[in-house]
Amino acid sequence: MDIKVNVREAPGDCYVVDLSGEIDVYTSPKVKDAIGELIDRGVYFLVINLEKVRYIDSTGLGVLIGGLKRVREHGGSVNLVCTNPQIKKIFDITGLVKIFGIFESEDAAMKALV
Amino acid sequence: MNPAVEHSHTELVELRIPSRPEWVALARLAAATVANRVRFSIEEIEDVKLAVAEACTAVIQHDGHGEFIDVTCEALSDLLRIRVRDSGRQGGARAQAQNMNFDEARIAGLGVFLIRTLMDEVSYDVSPQGTDLQMVKRLTGATDH
Repeated sequence: MDIKVNVREAPGDCYVVDLSGEIDVYTSPKVKDAIGELIDRGVYFLVINLEKVRYIDSTGLGVLIGGLKRVREHGGSVNLVCTNPQIKKIFDITGLVKIFGIFESEDAAMKALV
Repeated sequence: MNPAVEHSHTELVELRIPSRPEWVALARLAAATVANRVRFSIEEIEDVKLAVAEACTAVIQHDGHGEFIDVTCEALSDLLRIRVRDSGRQGGARAQAQNMNFDEARIAGLGVFLIRTLMDEVSYDVSPQGTDLQMVKRLTGATDH
């Protein structure tokens, strides 16, 4: 079990974080570090692509919430790309659909970043 | 192939893992395997996996937890009963709450909320000896066993 994190620059002042694998109490620190490093560098507009994430728990959600909280302090935003129904369900039941922009495609998530 | 568990037959799986993050995946996979024996849907099995992982994570993230987590999965014909216990914890619930910052407490609360939402019955006991969480997931449409 592992998580793969890939960070790439996108048009504008935006970065995309591709995540692949499972995000749990063991792997979430790696995700937190990757997002934290970007924010420390002054990147406040992020698209986090969860299309290849098979599993996420509350620690993973906590990392995403923490990232969103930090970028918002700088007027930034985090949008998510999520197509996995089980993961979408977790965002639904926790009410996080109301605080994250969640999109079916990376293009849509990028366009909605303001 | 997924043969049904006999109505009067209980299948019991007990697993002891070290109370460390790298072992939580084993607990959730074991629970998923047992859930499969009760013929839950893929979505329900995912619910069980997440609930067990959240229970183990809650133990690990609290100060003074025991060295091990015991996970017991009991498969009956129409339900799955799971117990997650730590042991030998040094501090009680009050000490844990004092040692968690606000954000950590909110995330821990999210885990408990997920367990309560995904499982049909949840009860837990927190004592100086450790946390003992029991939860039940029933097959959709199943009545009391």
